[in-house]
Amino acid sequence: MSKVTSMRDAVAALVHDGDVVAIEGFTHLICFAAGHEIIRQRKRDLTLARLTPDLIYDQMVAAGTARKLVFSWLGNPGVGGLHAIRRRVEDADPAPLELEEYSHFGMVGRYTAGASNLPFFPLRSYFETDLPKANPLIRPIRSPFGEETVYAVPPLKPDVTIVHAQRADADGNTQMWGLLGCQKEAAFAAERVIVVVEELVEESVIRADPNRTVFPGLIVDAVVVEPFGAHPSYVQGAYDRDNRFYRDWDAIAREAATTQAWLDEWVYGVSGRAEYVEKLGVERVASLRPSGEAPSGSVDYGVYK
Amino acid sequence: MSEPRMAANAPAAAATGAAPGAAGPGAAAFSKSEMMIVAAARELAGQRVCFVGVGLPNIAVNLARLTVAPELELVYESGAYGAKPARLPLSIGDPTIVTGATAVVSMFELFSFYLQGGLVDVGFLGAAQIDRFGNINSTVIGDYEHPKTRLPGSGGACEIAINARQVFVIMRQSKRSFVDRIDFRTSPGNLGGAEAAARTRREEGWLGSGPSVVVTDLGIYHFDETGEMRLDSIHPGATLEQVRDTIGWQPKVADPLPTTLAPTSEELRLIREELDPEGAYTK
Repeated sequence: MSKVTSMRDAVAALVHDGDVVAIEGFTHLICFAAGHEIIRQRKRDLTLARLTPDLIYDQMVAAGTARKLVFSWLGNPGVGGLHAIRRRVEDADPAPLELEEYSHFGMVGRYTAGASNLPFFPLRSYFETDLPKANPLIRPIRSPFGEETVYAVPPLKPDVTIVHAQRADADGNTQMWGLLGCQKEAAFAAERVIVVVEELVEESVIRADPNRTVFPGLIVDAVVVEPFGAHPSYVQGAYDRDNRFYRDWDAIAREAATTQAWLDEWVYGVSGRAEYVEKLGVERVASLRPSGEAPSGSVDYGVYK
Repeated sequence: MSEPRMAANAPAAAATGAAPGAAGPGAAAFSKSEMMIVAAARELAGQRVCFVGVGLPNIAVNLARLTVAPELELVYESGAYGAKPARLPLSIGDPTIVTGATAVVSMFELFSFYLQGGLVDVGFLGAAQIDRFGNINSTVIGDYEHPKTRLPGSGGACEIAINARQVFVIMRQSKRSFVDRIDFRTSPGNLGGAEAAARTRREEGWLGSGPSVVVTDLGIYHFDETGEMRLDSIHPGATLEQVRDTIGWQPKVADPLPTTLAPTSEELRLIREELDPEGAYTK
């Protein structure tokens, strides 16, 4: 059965006010298209989970969709800070923002525990730091097999996880390559999963390379086909990270007024990703294509009858 | 901790201060940032597996790979092992670290098997604040609940500081960054001193032995037997007065104090023409 739907319908049906939402993707494959649709539909009181909130959560926080962030690294990677989020945290401007903070390994472990139905994830981190004081959900735990103490973090089970990928079939069997981040863990941990892809492919394409499948359609609720949906982040082999925009955002987000003006023009002012890409222009899009090809070799899985 | 030693490649003859750019015949003028990056890269000579942090470590390790440490395996927390970036990645999740890498793995594998499994020789970090014992703050300036400045937070730094065999730090010196007391301990260094830190590491089963090098825009520090930072080399053009004016405690200084060998023209060419032609790291 086809799960292919529009971004508008997927977000309307599967993202609700008050949800814990994870739009994952570590620098790579960040689904800005879904974040912008959530802003357009004026979802409210969301808890936004992501290792690196990145520009997408800065935009979603600026637009008033979120009451809380669950994260491990809060910055504009390679550029600086996230100013809309900082205004909320440092000056409660225009309202306070609740923070629940871990390290990267802690966040990865939380999704892993959530995906595997475990009550906690143990890790060798946090010793002699102030992080367990800042977040009482990071707790020491004694090994049942010896004297050792490690730290434990609780499972994270998002109400909805949104994953961007190179390709999926209509059932949601999803394949990606390049940096994998923790999309697999975040998807398996979630109650509902939206997959957004650059390309919809036949089931036979998936079956020809089963090792590349990160999760099956079994856990997917909706498939949205939205080329360039990860811009200004990137998709390995399809387009580059738009570093110019990451630098531009630093200036845009410094003032609430310029941030709102940007949201008006680029989010509220367009009907969806297709219009956004058109507005971006063919030149900008072309400038982000890889400078050459680097195809993988193919492998032979063999036929066994 | 480690014995006093001179900066890698620093000739004994260069033990007196020299003006910037006057370090060798025909040597080009260079900036403080360039000197810092070159000095940090040289410290990686002989190392095998390096976990690369955000920012300045990124350019330092890539310079090391092209100069003193061609065998260096770059590990990025985003999941690339054995990365061979064809351009300097602006972020640690750039697509150029994937193409041609030895392996691309999930973050779960990277943190569990590579880092916590003990395969990382050097964790290379930046920081907002550091104290004399190499404890690092990258979380907040001011009170945690009501911060004056909200910084990015740990990312992977906390577990890198605990599980990498040793930790290198690169950061610019200032009274705001080299402080007597850090506002928040994000990544543990030598805690309150070497003896207590060694005991804690043993008791808690840490794999790492903590910080071993801090490279700044003014000099190179190692850690002495008490676990405290000691200035072991001063960069050409920098003065002890500048060092003391940009540090929040009375720093220990090696005697005699050698001068760091100035960047070679090849090191400068690599930074300016190949690694950072836009000057993103060296401005």
